[in-house]
Amino acid sequence: MTAPHAPTPSQTIGPFHGHALPVVDGGAIAPVAHPETITVHGYVYDGAGEPVPDALVEIWQPAPDGSRTGAPGSLRRDPVTGRAAGRDGVTFTGFGRVATDADGRWAVRTLPPGGVPYLSVALFARGLLRHLYTRVYLWEEPGDTLLASLAADRRATLLARPEPPRTYRFDLRLQGAGETVFLEFSGAGRP
Amino acid sequence: MTRTTAPVPPRPRSCPPYRGTRYRTPARPLVAVQDPEAVELTGPVFGAADITPLDHDLTRQHTGEPIGERITVTGRVRDRRGHPVRGQLVELWQANAAGRYAHRLDQHLAPLDPNFTGCGRCLTDDEGRYAFTTVRPGAYPWRNHVNAWRPAHLHFSFFGTAFTQRLVTQMYFPGDPLLALDPVLLSVTDEAARARLVAAYAHDLSVPEWSLGYRWDVVLDGPCATLFEEDGR
Ligand SMILES: [Fe+3]
Repeated sequence: MTAPHAPTPSQTIGPFHGHALPVVDGGAIAPVAHPETITVHGYVYDGAGEPVPDALVEIWQPAPDGSRTGAPGSLRRDPVTGRAAGRDGVTFTGFGRVATDADGRWAVRTLPPGGVPYLSVALFARGLLRHLYTRVYLWEEPGDTLLASLAADRRATLLARPEPPRTYRFDLRLQGAGETVFLEFSGAGRP
Repeated sequence: MTRTTAPVPPRPRSCPPYRGTRYRTPARPLVAVQDPEAVELTGPVFGAADITPLDHDLTRQHTGEPIGERITVTGRVRDRRGHPVRGQLVELWQANAAGRYAHRLDQHLAPLDPNFTGCGRCLTDDEGRYAFTTVRPGAYPWRNHVNAWRPAHLHFSFFGTAFTQRLVTQMYFPGDPLLALDPVLLSVTDEAARARLVAAYAHDLSVPEWSLGYRWDVVLDGPCATLFEEDGR
């Protein structure tokens, strides 16, 4: 790439994003009381096995019909007060954003993605120079090239554990034993 | 100082490393995804309901004026080919002019400002342009090492047309002597890349008797579906 279009480097999100980024209903991706709603939840752990209480988890996924256009309204604001207004309760935007709590725990309620078996995740935290990408696989599909390319123990880190009814557990381990498979996409899109 | 004949020791790193990375950086290499159908080549979208018209002005979010040097910060967001990133969300958060965040865990003994929360957002226009009015944040201490101070900085979050273009970073101010001592900035090891995190003072953006102007352009890395379609690759 030529110098004028050299990418801007990433920097850590730091510990004090809490007023700016997390929002009311950020994890409520599914329309209110939708009968197909699933819950996906877990913990974020560091390399010492300690929970990470200041991480931000972002989710991006297709709608149940497989469309990937998304929709506005994930972060609605109230024009009267300027505060977060929450979602409209109807629109499926495909995007979710939640902060981990003091126990390092996160949770979203969403609809199963259409066409693919996974939710895409971007994970941000103090101490991470750049955010990390991974995927929450809700089920396995035989033709999935990413899962097929991984050894069994590594593949297991991408598979959510069903906790019936309609709940899945997915922990993120930043480093060490059971370290989650993290992804990079610089070659994606090229045939 | 007296001159010595002893060999000059290798110059130590000018700054200690960023300690918070120790247990949070994956030890294993990232796994490359080559899939042209990857969901991550598309991304979330935002609209008028996701912001309010005053969100870009951090000096007008309370009943009074915040303390500090008023600044305007603007620039263009582009992809690696130089195409503008249109209609996408830009988010900003920062310390107040005294160097303290309006966050309960920030216990730096600098005053809070009742008229400053330090959060803003806007959507980029058709040329990929964003603009904020705010106050220049103060430097603040942190406990990375003895006498560690963060240079004045603005935290920024950007969305592109693909989830792979997501960027969270920090903008710095030109001429700040703390830039050479900051482990967070120095975590970007390439000097030219570091320079891209430092805004330029732009006199043409200064508003007479109102604010000082800074220009900071941003290029989002990472592939997106349209990028490669246009390339014909
Ligand atoms: Fe900061």
